[in-house]
Amino acid sequence: MSLFFLITAAIAIGGTLAAMTRRNPIHCILSLALGLVGVAGVYLALGAQFVGFTQILVYVGAVAILATFALMMTQGHIVSALIEPRRAFSRSSVSGFVTAAGVFSVLGWAAQSYRPLTPSTQQAPAAGAKEVGVALMHTYVLPLEVIGVLLTAALIGAVVIALPSEEERS
Amino acid sequence: MTPLNLFLLLSALLFSIGLAGALTRRNAILVLIGIELMLNAANINLIAFWRFGPNPEALTGVMFAIFSISVAAAEAAVGLAIILAVYRHNKTTNLNQIDTLKG
Amino acid sequence: MTPVAVDQIFVTTKHLLMGYVPAFWQPLASAILSVVPVLVVFPALFAVTTVLERKGLGRIQNRLGPNRVGPFGFLQPAADGIKSLTKEDVVPRDADKVVHFLAPILLVLASFIVYAVLPIGRNMVIADLNSGLLFFFAVGSMVELAVFMAGWSSRSKYSLLGAMRAVAQMISYEIPLVLAAVVVIMAAGSLSLPAIAEMQSGYTWIWPHWYVLTPWGFAGFVLFMISATAESNRSPFDLPEGESEIIAGYYIEYSGFKFALFFLGEYLGMFATSGLAITLFLGGWSAPFSFLTWVPSYLWFFAKLLVLIAAFIWVRGTFPRLRMDQLMGFAWKFMLPMTLVNVVDAGLWHFMPSGVVRGVVCAAVIVIPFALFSRRAQEGKKLQIRTYRYAE
Repeated sequence: MSLFFLITAAIAIGGTLAAMTRRNPIHCILSLALGLVGVAGVYLALGAQFVGFTQILVYVGAVAILATFALMMTQGHIVSALIEPRRAFSRSSVSGFVTAAGVFSVLGWAAQSYRPLTPSTQQAPAAGAKEVGVALMHTYVLPLEVIGVLLTAALIGAVVIALPSEEERS
Repeated sequence: MTPLNLFLLLSALLFSIGLAGALTRRNAILVLIGIELMLNAANINLIAFWRFGPNPEALTGVMFAIFSISVAAAEAAVGLAIILAVYRHNKTTNLNQIDTLKG
Repeated sequence: MTPVAVDQIFVTTKHLLMGYVPAFWQPLASAILSVVPVLVVFPALFAVTTVLERKGLGRIQNRLGPNRVGPFGFLQPAADGIKSLTKEDVVPRDADKVVHFLAPILLVLASFIVYAVLPIGRNMVIADLNSGLLFFFAVGSMVELAVFMAGWSSRSKYSLLGAMRAVAQMISYEIPLVLAAVVVIMAAGSLSLPAIAEMQSGYTWIWPHWYVLTPWGFAGFVLFMISATAESNRSPFDLPEGESEIIAGYYIEYSGFKFALFFLGEYLGMFATSGLAITLFLGGWSAPFSFLTWVPSYLWFFAKLLVLIAAFIWVRGTFPRLRMDQLMGFAWKFMLPMTLVNVVDAGLWHFMPSGVVRGVVCAAVIVIPFALFSRRAQEGKKLQIRTYRYAE
């Protein structure tokens, strides 16, 4: 388990680092997809099979594709416009990195010094499709319905926002 | 250091990478992607606490992660639609140039 | 040998071989012994299918098809393979080299990984995951990314157009594909493909318990196969690679062995979705009649697979290509509502007492919306012989 975790964690970190530093946005999205597959692997290492596969289905199959589509529809047809200029460290980017580093130092300190109050369970609990399905249909049925409404609203809202308005179409 | 701490550290690192991306990138789509990454880091935390917590039979963390993934998908769809609408109006997705409201 | 022994011959052989492997290497040896047959059998099936397809299309189009290499032209794939291996590998000067290189690999990889959860015989599955169907769709969705990578990295407007068409089409048809599979999950109560196949292996008198023999199962099977045709970019949904419009679509800038890899990936995807359709609706490896159960299970699986491939070839030779707006309209205005109606139908089937009434009501629930939707699809269309103003 630990070797599997190390590999997937390395993929996740490498993919997301590349996603945030590459200058070509398409490369960013592709490496993000790789990084999110790594995150799905981390879920698998934790024994959450259903969530891991859902993660791949949603993020690689939908969100990454959606982002590439958005890029293509905005400036993707001009390759030179895609690539961001190599810029010196501006004040805003330096302050952004400093903020992120500060957040990481605080979070990392908290994460490595955390000691659970109760002893953890040793063997992996069952979280197969059946258990997840039963929980979704019994304990969590109201949140499930709310999520369904939210997704429908988001679908309609996205279509309405992205449609060109009347005067733009004519 | 227990396994739980390792997962929490990984999640903290991914969160910070996402935060750095969201703060420094100029392309609106990539900023959105950074935010997605932060949500993912939070999901790792939820699942790790479920796995190593005292009461894993309740599946609380897994449920929370599933709902969080669905909300993230909805957010990506609406966010990208907004970016398309903004692009149609301003002809750019560079956040530095979308400053009409700047005083 | 008894029929059971013949049926389980591969499983017992594997156990026998595993006995000679030291305990430390057993997980690795087990994986290799399970994976290598899949890596051999399905590409071999791909080679056979290319010949059968070209000969079948030739027959439909009143010509001979390949008949020069080997007996009846059946060694044509070997000649094709040698040709594609010895061809120069051309990469466009402006291409994004890394992405251009990775795209065919990702495509073939994703197409192969999917076979891990397909039961190709009794007890013959590489990994029995309890959310196997979800795994199938999750890995299958990676193909879209590979197609986009291929089209974008080539820096050619034709390949970019092809990739955008392909991705839009695959996303649109993935929804009916998954929703058509949902009815089976509802009936079987499991996401594990071996469990779903096992559920259908019983018999009433001589008739099998296949889901395709129920009203919702039949409708689901038809909807699933239409979506699968679109997912694997085959005619009549082959707009992404429409030869007469954008030459070869997203893989126009590929040559030599990479081109062959795209071909391989496409056919592997077709076999995998056909295999999934067999597992979900056609009883997987189970025999079609109770008196035929002595035939080994894997033979039934491949027999059904060949029948579906023949159907694919037949469809390709028969239907003209759709237009882009027709394609999208078909997905969102016909397939999606029909699959949703089908889900309701499966629920109705579950809660009604079994009998003739249930069959009639459930058939009506699926046939009436079908008639309404197809009538609405024909409204406003002048169905007549077209007159072309500028051609001729």
